[in-house]
Amino acid sequence: MKTKITRREALKRSALLCSSLVLGNFNGFPNFQSGDYDDFKVEAKYYEKLPNKRIRCKLCPKECEIDDMERGFCGVKENIDGKYYTFVHSKPCTVHVDPIEKKPFSHFLPGTTALSIATVGCNMDCKYCQNWQISQLRPEQCQYYFIPPDEMVDISLKNKSPSIAHTYTEPVIFYEYMYDIGVEAKKKGIKNVMISNGYINPEPMRELCKYLDAVKIDLKAFTEEFYEDICVGELKSVLDTFELLKKEGIWFEIVYLVVPTLNDSKDEISQMSRWIMDKLGPDVPVHFSRFHPQYKLKNLPPTPLKTLELLRDTAMNEGLNYVYIGNVPGHEAENTFCPKCKNIVVERRGYLITSLKIKNGKCEYCGNKIPGVWS
Amino acid sequence: MNRREFIKKNIYAGYLLYSGIRLSDNNVSSPVKNSKIVISNDDSVRIKDFRYNANILSSMLDKSMNNLFGTKSAVDAWKMVVNASDIVGLKVNCLSGKRMSTSVELVNAIISKLLKAGVKKRNIIIWDRMNIDLERAGFKINTKGSDVKCIGNDTAGFKNELAIYGEIGSLLSRTLTDYCSVVINLPVLKDHGIVGITLSLKNFFGAIHNPNKYHKKIGDPYIADLWLIPDIRNKTKLIICDALTAQYEGGPPYKPQWVWDFNGIIVGQDPVALDYVGWKIIEKKRKEKGIKSLKEVGREPNYINTAADINHGIGNNNPDRIEVINI
Repeated sequence: MKTKITRREALKRSALLCSSLVLGNFNGFPNFQSGDYDDFKVEAKYYEKLPNKRIRCKLCPKECEIDDMERGFCGVKENIDGKYYTFVHSKPCTVHVDPIEKKPFSHFLPGTTALSIATVGCNMDCKYCQNWQISQLRPEQCQYYFIPPDEMVDISLKNKSPSIAHTYTEPVIFYEYMYDIGVEAKKKGIKNVMISNGYINPEPMRELCKYLDAVKIDLKAFTEEFYEDICVGELKSVLDTFELLKKEGIWFEIVYLVVPTLNDSKDEISQMSRWIMDKLGPDVPVHFSRFHPQYKLKNLPPTPLKTLELLRDTAMNEGLNYVYIGNVPGHEAENTFCPKCKNIVVERRGYLITSLKIKNGKCEYCGNKIPGVWS
Repeated sequence: MNRREFIKKNIYAGYLLYSGIRLSDNNVSSPVKNSKIVISNDDSVRIKDFRYNANILSSMLDKSMNNLFGTKSAVDAWKMVVNASDIVGLKVNCLSGKRMSTSVELVNAIISKLLKAGVKKRNIIIWDRMNIDLERAGFKINTKGSDVKCIGNDTAGFKNELAIYGEIGSLLSRTLTDYCSVVINLPVLKDHGIVGITLSLKNFFGAIHNPNKYHKKIGDPYIADLWLIPDIRNKTKLIICDALTAQYEGGPPYKPQWVWDFNGIIVGQDPVALDYVGWKIIEKKRKEKGIKSLKEVGREPNYINTAADINHGIGNNNPDRIEVINI
């Protein structure tokens, strides 16, 4: 791995990145279509049949009980005559080539791109969702591409993206598609990463880990109250997912979107950091991201920078080694610092890597091991 | 105004104020008028299975409308609901296939009444969530020409702006917001496995893009909050509940073991009162069949009470203020 990027290379990468971001310009892209939502359906992997054609979904902790001809909370699966089907398999509504830093991952293949995909749907309903125009829709309400798993992997190869990121909405609800892409990706040496709320039952998560290389989880807050009132979710299950990922040895990072007055107390962050230290260890990267008013939560201001800095200091004082500030381009805390010698080992400007001082997973200055997936 | 009139008006105003305060203490709204609900039954309406006699249905509708509006001519009653220039939406409930959806015969009977009241054929729209739901229930999709229109939200589309009222944040069907000037709500009398019952209040889940998000907590307060949306509350002028075939357990899909031939329609203008009356009919049937009440199975539809509270004021849930007329 190169340790220093020349000016020429940096400019070249920037130009490529800008063209992919602005134009969505990449190879092998099929036409958009809006067919009948039920013209292609795949049986769901995790559900239980109940009497009188009812079913219980076993994919996420909501475990919706669903009658014949009905759908659950996520809205993308339907009980048809006692069998449960997903309508979003192979039907992404969005496909982009993104820098991996946008996910954000700071310790996973820095400077590379990820073929980033999503279908409609989510198993939460966060009041500040930034992608609600797709996450809160049902399959029949949105146009989609038809891209089976093997074709998606081919598109990734053509675009020289070493990973496929399941992102933007909530990949848990398109589990079957993500899983099948993971199987195909593994065959061809492409990595599979999930950007998720972590609200998934242990069994499907464990099974999925066989085909995952990294996970980023949005920890929405550290109180059940926030999860229930703001997200229609549950903290406990998300924390269980973190512990499972740790046990399975999957690389993961945490994003914590700081919403003014709702989840921004120093005490809450201290508690969260202590829990992370205790259960996951000091090396899990934590990104404190700036909130912007969106969706149903437009009455709050963007997170003050001072709050983000205070919470970062709080987490680091509790012993966390890699704490970032997100959605604030140009901030010093976008960079990765070696916790031992304090030098910058990955220097970033927005989504661009301007300098990389990690060799064989170690700090080039002092030899300290920097956790992550670097190649 | 003379002194006597002045005092009389003040006493009346004082009484209203007192009533309002007293009712607010009970967390119940205080609509000035009582609510009238007309239940019309006729066993001869059923030809066989799920086929109904059009003439008898027509007669049941006429009697119900005259009773509800105190008119002698059904046309006069309909004219109290619609004007000749209105675009009238018939919000059916079609999510459960042909046997447990708003029946085509009832909708046809209503259309003939609207035509007699002067509404133009091309200005009548049968609508629900998706085309496929409408087709499964026996309706024929039609979006053009001078005939009655029939269209799902998946074709008509949704507004781009979120409607945020109470706990609801949704995109609204364009059929509701842009096309219809009046809506006639046509629910079905049936049980619902999550929210207890699904009648007139819940039928407008078919007018939003994300109903799957609002079934938690037995639909409370979401179903009541839905009626804070002005397009729903102000445009809905009449409710005709299809109770020809009703279901007291296992809904919303059709479950033959739990349906019964009610052979009736339930008509009113107050969705809360109508749902309250419908709920009690379902409870009575459950008791008769020896199964637990909705409260006992954890599905009591408290959203009906919420819809009647001081914050919503959508209608009456107080049985003393609901006049039920059986004909």
